[in-house]
Amino acid sequence: MRTISDIILLHREREGPLLPILHDVQAEHGHVSDSAIREIAEALNLTRAEVHGVVSFYHDFTKNPESRPVIKLCRAEACQARGVEALIPLANSQSRVKVEAIYCLGLCSVGPAALVGKDVVARLDAAKFSALIEAVA
Amino acid sequence: MKVRISDDAVALACGADAVAAAFLAAGAEVERVSSWGMQWLEPLVEIDGIGYGPVSTDQVPSILDGTAETIGRIEDHPFIARQTRLTFARAGKTRPLSLDDYAAAGGWDGLNKAREAGQAAILETVLQSGLRGRGGAGFPAGIKWKTVSDAAGDRKYIVCNADEGDSGTFADRMVMEGDPFMLIEGMAIAGLAVGANKGFVYIRSEYPHAVAKMEAAIKLSAHIVAPFELEVRVGAGAYVCGEETSLLNSLEGKRGEVRAKPPLPAHKGLFGCPTVINNVLTLAAVPWILSNGAEAYAAFGMGRSKGTMPIQLAGNIKHGGLFETAFGITLGQLVNDIGGGSETGQPVRAVQVGGPLGAYHPPSQFDLPFEYEAFAAADGLIGHGGIVVFDDSVNMARQARFALEFCAIESCGKCTPCRLGATRGVETLDRIIAGENVEANLALIADLSETMKFGSLCALGGFTPYPVMSAIKHFPDDFR
Repeated sequence: MRTISDIILLHREREGPLLPILHDVQAEHGHVSDSAIREIAEALNLTRAEVHGVVSFYHDFTKNPESRPVIKLCRAEACQARGVEALIPLANSQSRVKVEAIYCLGLCSVGPAALVGKDVVARLDAAKFSALIEAVA
Repeated sequence: MKVRISDDAVALACGADAVAAAFLAAGAEVERVSSWGMQWLEPLVEIDGIGYGPVSTDQVPSILDGTAETIGRIEDHPFIARQTRLTFARAGKTRPLSLDDYAAAGGWDGLNKAREAGQAAILETVLQSGLRGRGGAGFPAGIKWKTVSDAAGDRKYIVCNADEGDSGTFADRMVMEGDPFMLIEGMAIAGLAVGANKGFVYIRSEYPHAVAKMEAAIKLSAHIVAPFELEVRVGAGAYVCGEETSLLNSLEGKRGEVRAKPPLPAHKGLFGCPTVINNVLTLAAVPWILSNGAEAYAAFGMGRSKGTMPIQLAGNIKHGGLFETAFGITLGQLVNDIGGGSETGQPVRAVQVGGPLGAYHPPSQFDLPFEYEAFAAADGLIGHGGIVVFDDSVNMARQARFALEFCAIESCGKCTPCRLGATRGVETLDRIIAGENVEANLALIADLSETMKFGSLCALGGFTPYPVMSAIKHFPDDFR
């Protein structure tokens, strides 16, 4: 795992380096902590408030780490039309896996669809979704 | 025997890797190609032009010994044969990251012609082609490019908006995952036309496969498009960043808040420099136009909607996928003839056209021709060309509530009608759904919609009234 300062060094000469830095910090450290925000702000000559504002604006960045595995389940219109809402009670009936809403994976003719890490799964029904939860838990 | 299987995200999500592995284990040669866009058949397997699908691993032996059921020649399949594929001409046929395949299938011809023609001639060709922005707004691409070309500044940028967040759309994803060099070629031509040497492709983080393919393709083709340089930037889960000024702020490393216009991005865009910002499909259409000429492109379409549109058939539809055709085909043809109606077999009750900000249309509007002006006249929009089909189990009051809820979740917070209007709208619809003062609350929603439509800074707040008001207008019984 690279340190915050390694990640900053990697990107700081790019045009508009903040998002690439935050993506790497989130991916490698699991969250963007207050101390990371302080370090990034100092390196980019921004205020902590500015960096905090960016971190809190985007759904992909989190201030706190998530210890559980995450399934990002699409709940946008096309997946609604294909029955995703029927899977929600199943998601809520367990707590080992965090099931997060995401809005569109571009798999709109084969939904309900989900993203686990960088893997996509489609044509989810109750049985496949249960199996997916078991597999990642 | 060569077995061809797509490696785009739909194929992968439907199990294409396991099918490919089973063919390899059985001793076959496997080639991973782009997707034909017949998504209900994925994983689709092609051997010598003959298609099989959807294929599961246990069907591999019967396909190899020739006893499996086929769908016939893929190119002759009605879903493909009825299309006019200009942007998706190579779909299903080439390996996405093969420079040889791309060049052999007409790749780089547009860029070579652009280099010979020079700046003024490129601008004239794009203008004459009638190409309009495919992201949703439909602004003429040639005029945008001319504005940037005329703008003073020694640094200019080409930005590709690949933040395809509309539910029911996936054409941008298919271009990036299936034919990435075409997008790179289109951006390089735009660079020549306006005098820009640097381009950014802003891709949403929900598309990890598109990000990987574009990054690889940019490296592989850097020597061909030089001195033009390209970089991929990844979004961070904010729908509003599909709005162009919000996207520019995000690229600069700021909160993705919308900017007031003017100044236009063409005058003061990325880092304050003149910037062309176009959708993936707009830029991807350019190589064909330069290669075949403006007249050939403008010969397709109707009225002021020239050329072809890659239409995306999604939701509860039997034959979902990518259907590229000239503007003018009717909504009913798309949903029933080509799409085959609902997948569940229940009657189609509503279709949402143009993403979360598009109107819901009942079957009584199925004679609408698919083009910008006709949909605008019917209080709708074609947006990015996505069509989401719902069967008769849909509750339209719930869909109207979702439109407002989505706006509340994704609002950037910059303007009041969107930030507050969406939340108050959800609360009001909750009261309507609970049966409280229904008529008075519906009047309140109509009033709120008016405020959001005319008072919001961008299309998120401004267009959310489309799905809400169309649902109330066409499906009044669901609200009472």
